[in-house]
Amino acid sequence: MDNPSQLVQYVLSGLSNGAIYALIGFGFAIIHNATGILNFAQGEFVMLGGMFTIFILSFFNLPLVPAIVLAIVFSTLVGILFERLAIRPLKNVKPLSLVIITIGASIFIRGAAMLIWGKDTHALPAFSGNAPLYVYGATIMPQHLWIFGITLLIIIANKLFFSYSIIGKAMRACAYNAHAASLVGIDVKIMVLLSFAVSSAIGSMAGIIIAPLTMTSYDVGIMLGIKGFCAVIIGGMSSGLGTVLGGLLLGLLESLGAGYISASYKDAIAFIILLLILFIRPEGLFKQKETQRV
Amino acid sequence: MIKEKRQILIFLLFAIIILLVPLFLKGNYFLNVLVFIGINTLLAVALNLLLGYAGQISLGHAAFFGLGAYVSGILTTRYPVDPWLALVIAALCAAALAFVIGFPILKLKGHYLAMATLGFGIIMYIFFNETVDWTGGPSGLSGIPNLRLGPLTFDNDQNNYYLVWMITLGVMLLSINLSHSRIGRALRAINDSEVAARVMGVNARMLKVQIFTVSALISAIAGSLYAHTMMFISPASFGFNFSVELLTMVIIGGLGSIYGSFLGAAILTMLPEFLRVFRDFDIVIYGLMLILITMFMPTGLIGGLEALVKVIVSKIKGSAAKNA
Repeated sequence: MDNPSQLVQYVLSGLSNGAIYALIGFGFAIIHNATGILNFAQGEFVMLGGMFTIFILSFFNLPLVPAIVLAIVFSTLVGILFERLAIRPLKNVKPLSLVIITIGASIFIRGAAMLIWGKDTHALPAFSGNAPLYVYGATIMPQHLWIFGITLLIIIANKLFFSYSIIGKAMRACAYNAHAASLVGIDVKIMVLLSFAVSSAIGSMAGIIIAPLTMTSYDVGIMLGIKGFCAVIIGGMSSGLGTVLGGLLLGLLESLGAGYISASYKDAIAFIILLLILFIRPEGLFKQKETQRV
Repeated sequence: MIKEKRQILIFLLFAIIILLVPLFLKGNYFLNVLVFIGINTLLAVALNLLLGYAGQISLGHAAFFGLGAYVSGILTTRYPVDPWLALVIAALCAAALAFVIGFPILKLKGHYLAMATLGFGIIMYIFFNETVDWTGGPSGLSGIPNLRLGPLTFDNDQNNYYLVWMITLGVMLLSINLSHSRIGRALRAINDSEVAARVMGVNARMLKVQIFTVSALISAIAGSLYAHTMMFISPASFGFNFSVELLTMVIIGGLGSIYGSFLGAAILTMLPEFLRVFRDFDIVIYGLMLILITMFMPTGLIGGLEALVKVIVSKIKGSAAKNA
């Protein structure tokens, strides 16, 4: 393989991973904006999406599309249960308690997945075969196209939902000021629940479309979760274009770094970027600095 | 004054019990478990200083533990460094690293701090795995020599027990002392409200970095002790899961309670030893414990016990008053 085609290859795989990070980042942003919580269990929903699909495929022998729909429904139910059982009853809402509870939920979900499905790595079949396409000497799997397509759809749907639908607008109102939102008749509790539902649905979708490429197992949630967080931090905690760019940037840097510098430090690259952003520009790369309220 | 005297008495009682235990357990396998409880207590106390006293979370404390273990291990196996000197160097390395990253990292709050320390922990874990020439990589580093003191070599459970617990008891005493000092009160003020503490003239930024540094220093000493008693280390002991385990110890014992950290460390060290079934269920149970304790018992088991004792005492007093 000559050098330009190698570069194309790295860019392609970087962008497709980046799209996944962006989707996971959306999940973080949606919950954070509705509740102020950073949901450490976000990555586990990504894992649940892939694992549920594989489980439904092999257990109920359903075709792929219904299996995917069911898997998203199941993961969303887990998200709703989590909100109802561990977040809503909480009276002591210190940030530290919330951090600890979502971490607890994350390792609980991961542990339960390990007990149910074992420690093996599973592969989900690709959505439309494994015959590669060739572009400028680089190979693209059809799955890459699925990832780009579905990510684009979700980004558009997300934009439409939050800009034009009444529920989306109500959720945004809660993000700005929950108290004021409740005064104009918005049920804040329902909006919080919805934010968990939407973000676990998007997270599980991300997990499903990446699973055919990278395989999946009970413990993929930590890494994917933190990388999604990294994307949303670059994007300044928005579920918009900033996070998409953040995800793509992270995916590209990671893939080029792994290709040209060292594959064994691939994950370290993402974390070093994360720390640098947190240290230097915690408000994100694309956002104006805001004054902090106490 | 009376309260302080009672504190001293409680500590002396605790120390005497700890030091007498080996007399009843000569040559027993359980002594080995107790050595690990000592090391884990040391780590839990270190994290508690940061989390319970100052209210700053760290999800990367296993990294300082690992750094201590690896600096000690590498210096004594690859270079002819005395184990005690290696322990000191390891502790200073971790403290220096904590001091340097402490300034940018502790500017962050709550969730962001948790993510940043988590990221730091995983970066260190990747380095433990990948710098194979130094650390031996995933297969680990073996042949680490024991500590020695004159004619005494710390190579059996009983000697290790006294070695680890003398240091742990010392750190516990210092930590209890700290909570009653000016610095302890300043840390609690930061925990309640950092802005209010700064308004009152507490140099919050510096104090947070200092307690982070002390916490890393203690964790590295624990790591060094671990390396020299186990004589073998591998990255698996210093990953994210262990950071979460440490967090669980501190939370179930009780935030800010030094004896709570001992209790948490003891419970989490013994559970997998005695319940074989527990080994597969451990992370599920840690997860549940973190959620349930935070939701229903925010002061941890020690806080719960204290409340229970108070209820019983007041009941007894009440019935005594009725009878009189």
